[in-house]
Amino acid sequence: MKQIQLSHGGGGKETNSLIHDLFYRYFGNDILIAAEDAAVLEVKNKIAFTTDSFTVSPIFFNGGNIGKLAIAGTVNDLAMMGAKPLYLSSAFMIEEGFSFDDLETIVKTMAEELKQSGAKIVCGDTKVVPKGAVDQIFINTSGIGEIEKEGISANNLHEGDVIIVSGDVGRHGAAILMEREGLGISGDLQSDCATLWSAVQALIDSNVTISALRDATRGGLSAVLNEWAEQSSVCLEIEEASVPVDEAVQGICELFGFEAFDFANEGTFIIAVPQQHAVLAVQVLQSVDITSKATIIGHVTMKKEGKVILHSLYGSSRYLDLPKGELLPRIC
Amino acid sequence: MSELQLKDLYSGFRDPDTIKALAWAIAAEAKKLKEPLKIMEVCGGHTHTIMKYGLKQLLPSNIDFIHGPGCPVCIMPKERIDHAIALAQIENSILLTLGDMIRVPGSKSSLALERANGCDIRALYSPLDAIKIALENPDKKVIFFAIGFETTTPMTAAVLEQMEKRGIKNLYFHINHVLVPPAVDAIMADGKAKINAFIGPAHVSVISGAKIYLPLPKQYATPVVVSGFEPVDVMQSILMIVKQKNENRCEMEIQYSRSVTLDGNTKAQEMIAKFMKPREHFRWRGIGDIPLSALELREEYAAYDAEKIFADILPTEPIDDHKLCICGTILKGLAKPNDCKVFGTACTPNNPMGSCMVSSEGACNAYYRYGEI
Amino acid sequence: MCLSIPSKIVEIDEDNIATVDTMGIKRQVSLDLMLDEVDVGDYILIHVGFAMNKIDEEEALQSLEVYQEMLEAMEEDERRQVIEDDDNCDSRVET
Repeated sequence: MKQIQLSHGGGGKETNSLIHDLFYRYFGNDILIAAEDAAVLEVKNKIAFTTDSFTVSPIFFNGGNIGKLAIAGTVNDLAMMGAKPLYLSSAFMIEEGFSFDDLETIVKTMAEELKQSGAKIVCGDTKVVPKGAVDQIFINTSGIGEIEKEGISANNLHEGDVIIVSGDVGRHGAAILMEREGLGISGDLQSDCATLWSAVQALIDSNVTISALRDATRGGLSAVLNEWAEQSSVCLEIEEASVPVDEAVQGICELFGFEAFDFANEGTFIIAVPQQHAVLAVQVLQSVDITSKATIIGHVTMKKEGKVILHSLYGSSRYLDLPKGELLPRIC
Repeated sequence: MSELQLKDLYSGFRDPDTIKALAWAIAAEAKKLKEPLKIMEVCGGHTHTIMKYGLKQLLPSNIDFIHGPGCPVCIMPKERIDHAIALAQIENSILLTLGDMIRVPGSKSSLALERANGCDIRALYSPLDAIKIALENPDKKVIFFAIGFETTTPMTAAVLEQMEKRGIKNLYFHINHVLVPPAVDAIMADGKAKINAFIGPAHVSVISGAKIYLPLPKQYATPVVVSGFEPVDVMQSILMIVKQKNENRCEMEIQYSRSVTLDGNTKAQEMIAKFMKPREHFRWRGIGDIPLSALELREEYAAYDAEKIFADILPTEPIDDHKLCICGTILKGLAKPNDCKVFGTACTPNNPMGSCMVSSEGACNAYYRYGEI
Repeated sequence: MCLSIPSKIVEIDEDNIATVDTMGIKRQVSLDLMLDEVDVGDYILIHVGFAMNKIDEEEALQSLEVYQEMLEAMEEDERRQVIEDDDNCDSRVET
């Protein structure tokens, strides 16, 4: 079976083979293989529910592939609400002629990534469409998580809160840009695509008060900071020098005139905590492998409500605005 | 002398302590200035450095910047943008240009909108890709809409050279290359901007040599310092200008000595001269016609000149900007972006009314991105 | 677009194309416009896929030295100013 054919999405024998030989093989768990029309689930507390569709181009990139993104992206959205990721659905839209080996690689990666949070895929769907109807493969994942820490919200920032970033910024966007054809650049830069639940769990377990938590996906660090400033009607004052940026990301920004703060991340989050919890929060994050470079980058004031101010090394300041326009299409 | 590392070429010229030292030295010298300094930075790239690093906040109040017309996309009048759109609409064509041109508004549309409508329009990072695309699409008319000041003109010449060497017949050029000195002359002739010093563009000078600015101090009694792009470069250039004023000197000096010489890149200059010559007239947005301020292909290359080959579909009427857009006034150095009534409201990078807001070298774009507190 | 970036040459091939390194990111540029001969290890300015010129390393190092001297001069003056301010302090109580 070298290529996916239209018949694989037809609902007949070929579909069944694909489901059993590929999806059940790698995603297999009791709920999934019960093969009912819908998965029956039970949870004790409030739940968080999210969905995301993944259309990243190229589908294989340095540091991951569309499958890794599809799992980490949805799992992280749950984690950002203080919810333990439990159950995912996964829907594939595959272009006729897509390589079976590539599909297997993607599915295998998804299974690996699920292990990082312990979440399970409990239902799914597969469609195969004629050539040209989708660009190779699109994946949608929806997720349910059980809330373990309530009260985390973008409306919740207060004057005096400290802003912490979990790692260096801009790597996913820069890594994708590097792979884009026609730009002719190469390097070792890897996407930061990663599941963040273990870091969030550590924070919850340490009883740190969390005002707000958000992963910096499309629009990067700039987008999160601006959303928080607006929704909470506060001012975020950031020290430019303290935001970690990988040298290679900086190199790409130099070459194309971009700002690292605008680039997407897929394994980096921003957290706001009350002043008295800042040191502990940083310590906890630094003790977890994926967030070992966590650092304080600024704090919340009332200087200019709704705005983000960037203080430079040079003693000057400027506003950090939302990134504009089509920075990079199909980044996630 | 120790060995130079690549990172020195970045961090050494962005070092915060050095900037502090330069600001301190400028403050001391500026006290002795007899009149306020109004420095025109010609190049959009310098406007961006000044805004991005907030340099104005580090300078005394008797030093002000007047933003110049050094943005090759910003100075193009709407009718020439309409040229690009008309060319893109030709059947079986591929229109190629540099990134910034894509979102600039013409009179009714933009290349971005036309691309969404199905026209084959591609943004190139390097003009050399035009050769590759022409070779890969022998049955299409591949048209390169060439823009840029002296920095980018040689690259078009290099593409023309490659085209000749390989005997490519389906590649056409629409030349919009412009020159810095005539633009500066036109602004000074206008007289209203009250400029008393210049920061000369860096990379224009790498190609053309600093010699092109020699007439300026004599003609206008204004010092000219050719500056690099990093914040240390710009601050040092300002210090050099202030010192000239205080010492009653009026000279052309090169701050960017690591890359700029008096003669420049003569090989690049010869290549340009081989394929292009100054054109008699060229309308600059906001400034009007400036004679001999732009280039066109020489007669021998008429067969590749898109302006000649596709003349019948190219609009000829000059088109003015929207009433509320004061890009033209800003380009002449008579207003700043935040003087504009629609700045940041009706006119934003996502919904630009004029090209100064779209282009990465436009003053309005710099003010919007790096808005001052 | 006037943006030009300093980069280091790491390889040159027969078609006059150089592979350059900018902070860990590599790309290929044409040497067709270069006036001077260049070698692997040289620093050049690149602009839209072309090398524009060779960076004068001595001039660069000299500039950096000048900045270092300025820094020292400023620190010296600042120190002197601090001492002067202290000497002239009106609110000091004589004991």
